[in-house]
Amino acid sequence: MKFPIIAAGILMATSAVADTPVLTVYAPDYFGSEWGPGPSIEAAFEETCACDLQYVTGDVLPRVLLEGERTKADIVIGLNTDVTKKARESGLFATHTLDLSPMTLPIEWSDDTFLPFNWGYNAFVYDNTKLENPPTSFDELLAMPDDVKIVIQDPRASYSGLTLLLWVKSVYGDDAAEAWAKLAPKVLTVTKGWSEAYGMFTDGEADMVLSYTTSPAYHIIAEEDLSKSAAIFDEGHYLTIELAAKVATTENGDLADAFMAFILTPEFQTMIPTSNWSYPAALPEDQWPSVFVELNYPEKAIFLSEDEAAAVRDEALAEWQNAFSQ
Amino acid sequence: MLRLDGLKVTQGTFELVADVAFERGRCTALIGPSGAGKSTALAAIAGFVPLTRGRIIWCDEDLSDLAPGERGMSMLFQDGNVFPHLTVFQNVALGLSPQLRLDADMKRRVHAALERVGLAGMGGRKPSALSGGQIARVALARSLAQACPIMVLDEPFAALGPALKIEMLSLVQEVAVDTNATVLMVSHDPDDAKRIADNCALVADGVVSAPVPKSEFFDNPPPALRAYLGT
Amino acid sequence: MAKRVFSVKPTSILGGAVASLILFLVLGTLGAVIWRADDIAGLSTYDWAAVRFTVFQAFLSALLSVTLAIPVARALARRRFWGRGALITLLGAPFILPVIVAVLGLISVFGRSGIVNEFLSVFGIDPVSIFGLRGVLIAHVFFNLPLATRLLLQGWLSVPSERFRLAASLNFDARAMFMRVEMPMLRDVIPGAFMLIFLICTTSFAVALTLGGGPKATTIELAIYQAFRLDFNLGKAALLAIIQFGISAAAAGLAYWVSAPSGIGAGLDRNVKRFDRSARWIDATVIAAASLFLILPLTMILLRGLPMILSLPTAVWLSALRSVWVALMSTGLAVFAGLSLALWIVRAQRIGAGIIEGIGYLTIAASPLVMGTGLYLILFPFVNPFDVALLVTAVVNAAMALPFLLRGLVPALRDAELHFGRLADSLGMQGWARVRYLLIPRARRALGFGAGLAAALSMGDLGVIALFSDGSAQTLPLQLYALMSAYRMEQAAAAALVLVALSLLLFWIFDRGGRTDA
Repeated sequence: MKFPIIAAGILMATSAVADTPVLTVYAPDYFGSEWGPGPSIEAAFEETCACDLQYVTGDVLPRVLLEGERTKADIVIGLNTDVTKKARESGLFATHTLDLSPMTLPIEWSDDTFLPFNWGYNAFVYDNTKLENPPTSFDELLAMPDDVKIVIQDPRASYSGLTLLLWVKSVYGDDAAEAWAKLAPKVLTVTKGWSEAYGMFTDGEADMVLSYTTSPAYHIIAEEDLSKSAAIFDEGHYLTIELAAKVATTENGDLADAFMAFILTPEFQTMIPTSNWSYPAALPEDQWPSVFVELNYPEKAIFLSEDEAAAVRDEALAEWQNAFSQ
Repeated sequence: MLRLDGLKVTQGTFELVADVAFERGRCTALIGPSGAGKSTALAAIAGFVPLTRGRIIWCDEDLSDLAPGERGMSMLFQDGNVFPHLTVFQNVALGLSPQLRLDADMKRRVHAALERVGLAGMGGRKPSALSGGQIARVALARSLAQACPIMVLDEPFAALGPALKIEMLSLVQEVAVDTNATVLMVSHDPDDAKRIADNCALVADGVVSAPVPKSEFFDNPPPALRAYLGT
Repeated sequence: MAKRVFSVKPTSILGGAVASLILFLVLGTLGAVIWRADDIAGLSTYDWAAVRFTVFQAFLSALLSVTLAIPVARALARRRFWGRGALITLLGAPFILPVIVAVLGLISVFGRSGIVNEFLSVFGIDPVSIFGLRGVLIAHVFFNLPLATRLLLQGWLSVPSERFRLAASLNFDARAMFMRVEMPMLRDVIPGAFMLIFLICTTSFAVALTLGGGPKATTIELAIYQAFRLDFNLGKAALLAIIQFGISAAAAGLAYWVSAPSGIGAGLDRNVKRFDRSARWIDATVIAAASLFLILPLTMILLRGLPMILSLPTAVWLSALRSVWVALMSTGLAVFAGLSLALWIVRAQRIGAGIIEGIGYLTIAASPLVMGTGLYLILFPFVNPFDVALLVTAVVNAAMALPFLLRGLVPALRDAELHFGRLADSLGMQGWARVRYLLIPRARRALGFGAGLAAALSMGDLGVIALFSDGSAQTLPLQLYALMSAYRMEQAAAAALVLVALSLLLFWIFDRGGRTDA
């Protein structure tokens, strides 16, 4: 069944040898894998650009920082908002001149370097057939009995873990340490990445897992499983935004600009929900798949700018570590 | 003539000196008390122990700096004469070609040697399937196939029964005659020497004495030997 | 031992080349990272806590693994039963499991809703939590008990059967047998086994974190990861890597000092026949308990993976093929490098041998992250890293497997030289003839076991490839993570099963090849 795709890939690769310009896009592993949004985006863009789009997947920012100005990347996609400050300071990224009015993020976005291509809300996901009274606020979560077990990700190793830190800090401010002290007994364990944590949740080892409000959409659409829900909190949810940027040293400036513009097109954006399992960054809600529209949706978005986040990060990390060292 | 010319070997605090010659084509037994240096002398001759001083000379050729395998000697040790992981055939064949690259003639010689020691048809076996006597025969077959000018025996049959040992010694004698070899052997048992040696040399207190014909040696034993023999 | 009057030159050339390559891979890459770093920052109290925890958990893990391995190895050494060979092969399995697979397998046995707690709840006993130091230890014992058992078992098998016969003729009871025959052997084998497991556990990261239940279980490797990912602070990463080396060097030095030279005699390769009559039921219990502990999580992995195995996409099977290819390449390299280095070690004098052997063990203390990053920094200016991704992976995996090969090879070669060296000398067996007809046959067991480990370790590796891969040449472990990231947990479980099955198969083929006694 997959053979045609592979065969097509080989054919395209060989036919593209000659003078076709190559656009090199650094992307996270998940993005470029067969099950991520990468392949269909590649196919769609190549139809318009007369070019060969090639992904190089891995840990994008560390790789670009290691390579410095000699990097072969034209575009970097899949950066998180926690690294934009470091990325910006490196001077390796160029600004764009795109019109940001089509953006449909729940917050204002005016960054002229980093362009959102999808977003989501962090949320605790649970099994609605087992947990009868899910918390409707962070306070309620903290007040739950300690035998409700939650798996989170380590903020030092995982981006989603870091957003939880910022989320708690935004909601509780100076009382964040206290909040962590209440949450810690319920935390079954802390994992290196999202995959381990989510695996433990689907295995039934944990009652709740730190994930995204859009996670249930996968189970509904791909597995017709309605039992997974995201708990929606009154205090609001922290935003996760994934970004793309043009590399300053690119020799394919026009192609890179074209790709950046392509990101904001409906063609690109409609591919996001069911391949990235997140919300598209520039697509009105009425064009979302119905399942996404029907998902529980937070009332309030929480987001710290990169400077605000940088200002509280070390303190928040220390509070977190202290809470778990008791 | 195998000459030990002003030889001195040092092992820790132990010192062995030898300034003797062994007759070509003859079998000489080194006899003496435990710890007197018999095995050390053989090890030095075979090239396993570096010389502190002196030279080892075989027919005007200086062997002192040659590796053990280049000295034209076949060795029979107290134990460990065969490689357990190789077949009987391979064990013998190693004597002809350390790389086990055998031409037809070599193969024939290996088979002939095996047949000569009574192991015909057993070439494919591993030593673990053989008896102690048969293992000794494998080693002898190798010496036979090697046909080295010098055979060095370090009590190889000490663990065998009297009858078997006699059988092996006479086999050694036959092999030596067949290959016209000069034999040096170490033994605890004067009877071994009486059985196959032509000459005997006393090894005592770190000194190798000159070999003398065995009749003279046993009829008129030197004092150190007398103490050893208990006569 | 008599000084060799002659030397075989090619061994020092090959050995020297291998040792240089290892030094480059370990210290050269570290140097590259330091060179690229802006400054070497100091360590925080959290970092020091990580250092302390790393040493503490690694010490306990090694102690437990080795202690528990003694009765298991003894039972396996003195009993013959149906399925013993299969069991010994299966013992290799946990060690080679990819971390994430093993963790989920362990949790499905010891977790809150795992078999053990389900069983306990039948008797009204409160569930026991695996998370915490207990979990770290359970996981590390799960990974390393089999390795310790195999190392000790080799020790047992190296005791000549003549000695057991002698002991039997002296009417030794189990205690006397242990004190007079087995203890001296263990004294030789245990320091090395302990050190090896200690070193393995010092570089533990995801296992310690996930089963340790939180940031209290932070190891140095996690701190390195944090320095890279969160702070992009190469100086700090390098500093932590240096501390990790320091700990390992201290442990290795200690083990070297404690272990006595082996006095194990030569035997005639007869199957070891034991005459102990005592305590058959103890052995049976020990073997059953160990098997249960090791096989239950494996069974859970099997059960989780089976349902989807036939619906795995082609890409997963292609990755599997690629992983097997890398594993075979890396095994070939590891065997070649291991033999070259071991031959050189055996020929060297005591101090020199110690130093070369130390170099051979360096990779075990190296942080895969630092090594990968350093290599990337070094290679990037000259070649496209993605073009050489699989080759680099094979080389690095081979280097990583080297310590496990040396562990068995060096004593085996020493033994061969000690007992058959003179015979080989007298026959003029030099160079390749000696290697081929004396040394390799005598080291077959160790070689087979080491090659099996190398193959399996390479199959499950996720270290260097993650940095070098451009996504077009995904190995099976990378594919497994990609499946999980795409919410496809069930397919991921099936991919994990494929990974485990292939690793085991490779391990079995090599190990089996080493153990056939004609």
